[in-house]
Amino acid sequence: MTSELAISRNADGSLLLALAGDWKLTNRLPSPDSILAELASGQAVQRLAFDTAALAGWDSGLLVFLARVIDACGQVGVTVDRDGLPPGICKLLQLASPENQRSGVTRGEKNPSFLERVADAALDQVKGFKEVLAFIGEVTLAFMKMLRGKGDFRRLDLIVTIQETGAQALPIVCLISLLVGMILAFVAAIQLKMFGAQIYVADVVGIGMVRVMGAVMTGVIMSGRTGAAFAAQLGTMQVNEEIDALETLGFSPVEFLVLPRMLALTLMMPLLCVYSDLMGVFGGMIVGVGILDLGFMEYVHETTAALSLTHFAVGLFHSFVFGILVAIAGCLRGIQCERSASAVGYAATSAVVTSIVCIVVATAIITLSCQVLGI
Amino acid sequence: MNGAEIVKTGSGEPVIDVRGLEMSYGSFVLMRNLDFTINRGDIFIIMGGSGCGKSTLLKHLVGLKQPAKGQILYDGISYWDAGIDEQERLKRRFGILFQSGALWSSMTLAENVAMPLEQYTTLSSAQIRELVSFKLSLVGLGGFEEFYPSEISGGMKKRAGLARAMALDPDLLFFDEPSAGLDPISARLLDDLIIELSESLGTTVVVVTHELASIFAIGNNSVFLDPDVKTMTASGDPKQLLKESPDPKVISFLTRGEGVQQH
Repeated sequence: MTSELAISRNADGSLLLALAGDWKLTNRLPSPDSILAELASGQAVQRLAFDTAALAGWDSGLLVFLARVIDACGQVGVTVDRDGLPPGICKLLQLASPENQRSGVTRGEKNPSFLERVADAALDQVKGFKEVLAFIGEVTLAFMKMLRGKGDFRRLDLIVTIQETGAQALPIVCLISLLVGMILAFVAAIQLKMFGAQIYVADVVGIGMVRVMGAVMTGVIMSGRTGAAFAAQLGTMQVNEEIDALETLGFSPVEFLVLPRMLALTLMMPLLCVYSDLMGVFGGMIVGVGILDLGFMEYVHETTAALSLTHFAVGLFHSFVFGILVAIAGCLRGIQCERSASAVGYAATSAVVTSIVCIVVATAIITLSCQVLGI
Repeated sequence: MNGAEIVKTGSGEPVIDVRGLEMSYGSFVLMRNLDFTINRGDIFIIMGGSGCGKSTLLKHLVGLKQPAKGQILYDGISYWDAGIDEQERLKRRFGILFQSGALWSSMTLAENVAMPLEQYTTLSSAQIRELVSFKLSLVGLGGFEEFYPSEISGGMKKRAGLARAMALDPDLLFFDEPSAGLDPISARLLDDLIIELSESLGTTVVVVTHELASIFAIGNNSVFLDPDVKTMTASGDPKQLLKESPDPKVISFLTRGEGVQQH
């Protein structure tokens, strides 16, 4: 069944709309334009009435049509007589009428000027920097308090976090380090082979992994794995008002939540780094012995000769610093999280970005310092 | 408009028929032997204490969870025995308002309401825009088209969620705790809106709630779930149940524990 519209004009200057058939969205509905044209035609119309005796069915399609016609009548000051409409339609049109709309919600200015935006961004940066400093200060104070034996957190939290950040990270650290060791060996071999000096692959892989790469790779893995998790955990706690609950009971969120996480990560990171060093060297050995035809003992001997405790110490120092950075970045973004579900996702992303940037900058600074100091 | 006094009885023609439904999570049986019928035009209340499986029953009714046993028939068609095309067709008849609106946070209110229309209809974008504006003004949110869900209040989110649920003119509307988290006046206004929409559009409404005021104001049919015996212990008009139910638990629930003399 189709939908039909007939417009007739009575002698008293009223317009009668006869609606017939099935007025549903799935049908091709008549356009209200003909009525709008009639209203604007110049011939005075006082009243608009409806005849719906032949109307078989309707849905939102008819409602939208009527809403538009009634709106147009309102604009040109034509009275609308709704008696001819079914009661259900009258009620719905009443619900949708302008006097039934909510109000009272306002938003800030929509399009601030360019200068305003630049200034806002600059001020945000300053504010963000202050927040970072304040957070680092709080963490330091909490750490000092803990050293004096007054740390206010649950031992169980520390142990669980140590397990999560330590033992449970072993498989992925193992895989990544092994592969990075192999990649280093391949890259070194391309050049060294030309001089028949493949044996020095052991030196490159050994020093490269132990001094920097082991620590950096572990740091990157942990920032993606653990830093993001910290931010998401604390962010969710922020959303659920759990952090407010801690504060009202007199617990410091930094002592109670941040300190155990930072301790756990700072303790576990060097251990993971040692493991990563070992796996990297092993990866290099697989390539050296398996593909470059070096002897097993030969490779081991060359590696031990190349490595010294200084290299190990530098690597461990790196990882210790990374542990602090990743934990602080993760916890900071979590604590700063706003109170919505999307903010948690943003906090996790932001934690990873912050900690990876920090790791790279820290590596550059440490490497340069070692160079200058001749370590 | 005085929604609280409107009492409407369904036309008697069954729309949803639940037969021997058993709901379970793994091997844990939540409810068994659920048998009830929802008629066209009903405002049907699913009631019971916290954690008794009301929301789970709703998930079964909208096809989000498969029954462990039993059948749910819509106009005689069993959802889980039907093919994928038939299921899609049935789903298009459902409109669901989730507890906190469940609006997609990355889209404006207009985009939220337009999504189902763009997906399932062949309307032009101008028609969709007009329809979306009308749906939003139907729930009192005219002029809020370009707002994001994070910019409006909880009550408004529910209204916007309702506009989205009604986008495709469903003949079955499901509500999960519509008054939860709303102040009494907003809750009452939403109740009135549910009645108005159900009356005007002839929509069948299924509501999960334990708000007594809502139950009596809008419901004309109901089912009461009792977690102790793991099945339904009463069904029918809640006002009638309050007067006539022989079950002290039902009376106790409907009178906030004040109706039965115990202890």
